[in-house]
Amino acid sequence: MKYAATTANGTKPGTAMNTVKAGKAKKKRGESLVERHAALLLAVTILLIWEGWVRYSGISPFVLPSPLNIIRRIFTDFPLLMSHLSVTLLEVLSGYGLAIMLGIPTALLIFYSRACERAIFPLLMGIQTIPKVALAPLLVLYLGYGWAPKITLAFLISFFPIVVATTVGLQSLDKGLVNLVRSMGASEAQTFFKIRLPAALPNIFGGLKVGMSLAVIGAIIGEYVAAERGLGWLQMMANSRFDTTLNFATVVTIAGMGITLFFILGQIEKRVVHQRELAK
Amino acid sequence: MKAPSGKGGAAVSIEDVTKVYETASGEDVHALDRINLRIEPGSFVACVGPSGCGKSTLLSLLAGLTEATEGTLRIDDSTVTKPHPKVGVVFQQDLLLYWRTILDNVLLPVEIKRLPRQGYVSRAMALLDQVGLAGFETKYPPELSGGMRQRVAICRALIQEPGLLLMDEPFGALDALTREQMLMDLQAMWMRLGNTVLFITHDIDEAVLLADRVLVMSPRPGRIDLDLSIDLPRPRHPGEVHDVPGFAESIREIRQVFEAKGILRARFEE
Repeated sequence: MKYAATTANGTKPGTAMNTVKAGKAKKKRGESLVERHAALLLAVTILLIWEGWVRYSGISPFVLPSPLNIIRRIFTDFPLLMSHLSVTLLEVLSGYGLAIMLGIPTALLIFYSRACERAIFPLLMGIQTIPKVALAPLLVLYLGYGWAPKITLAFLISFFPIVVATTVGLQSLDKGLVNLVRSMGASEAQTFFKIRLPAALPNIFGGLKVGMSLAVIGAIIGEYVAAERGLGWLQMMANSRFDTTLNFATVVTIAGMGITLFFILGQIEKRVVHQRELAK
Repeated sequence: MKAPSGKGGAAVSIEDVTKVYETASGEDVHALDRINLRIEPGSFVACVGPSGCGKSTLLSLLAGLTEATEGTLRIDDSTVTKPHPKVGVVFQQDLLLYWRTILDNVLLPVEIKRLPRQGYVSRAMALLDQVGLAGFETKYPPELSGGMRQRVAICRALIQEPGLLLMDEPFGALDALTREQMLMDLQAMWMRLGNTVLFITHDIDEAVLLADRVLVMSPRPGRIDLDLSIDLPRPRHPGEVHDVPGFAESIREIRQVFEAKGILRARFEE
């Protein structure tokens, strides 16, 4: 136990410094243009091959539209895509917001009360093994065709990772830190805000990120099952009309929404969670 | 240089203190058994013994982190039942908060006690300067080496001018060379500040080098077997102290206690 603490203490600063140095060395090494934009180049290459092959083979756009056509379609149908995006986005944010508002208090309950931990935690772990999307038809049965089943599904699917990550984050705190602040005469409230919460933040954000991408999935699946609006519904419509170009355009829009949400969350994380921990 | 006169030191008195833990199997373990101890204000007391001898229990009782099963502990005139404001603690791990700057780490006790921060900033800077960390105030703990981090932890314990400084194997996690430097610095700092120190260690040399008085403890039940005064001139240098008459004798005397208890072996056995 003590030996483990020793090595942890001894190696941490060293490795941190090494990574700082490595970072600097990387900049100095003078990467070539190709190395720096490798991912972008690969993506562009794939798109070019796709475009070229569609043109050369003359494959029907019902089967596979070309990338340029998809982009063109996004521009021409921009108002349509945005109006459905606003529906889906609202469902995602409502479900996700609900998951945060209920998930973090649930984690606190599990953390502070042994009875709650014994009662809730095994249940949560059990429920987590159920694929929540399998509940979609049932939710439609009980909640109808409106907002409710989509928000509920987005909530259900993102709630569990948030609860679990927050609980694990709170539980994995070094007991030494608690003793340290107690020796300074800290109250439990002070211990929570000065130590427990900041120490758990990297974990909490891990859960929030997983929850975010799942919430998007939840809302889209909800729209697949039964809806009158939303990107998932638009995709089903495009499918039934063999409008594969619109189908692809919707996929791009969904991806764009997911990436944007993830990026915003990442920016918040950068501000709230200390960078040293992120660098690790 | 002389030993300090005890200007800022708190007096410690421990009367008939027993601490009994119950193990998972329901057995009682006497971590401390009827300990009696008085520590003069401003003196440096080291407590040496193997793991499980109760030395860390003694420290956490004085820190107010655990309660004695029997007996009373006093710091100056107040009985210890909860963490005492006049006590600073340094643990084996530096326990710095990685999301706070070095300065904010040193000021943590000030924040927790809800004291005005501005009043302590200059003191924190002065303390960091004294341990050679001037200019590191705005850095973060992972940017510092192990020895530097433990120095910050010591500054944090000293920010409120504690009458009693409790140190629980503070240099146990450091490499030998860094540790030697820390021993010198701690000694210099103590000679300047003059607070009472209780220093827990399992290193006999370290105890004799630093302390005015060494308490030798042994486990099951945790007792003080020897209370040895170390009257060697200060400052004591880790590299030279072996040549000072009296140093080797003190070490031998402590070893003999452990040998008699079978904690150390007196000689190679075939």
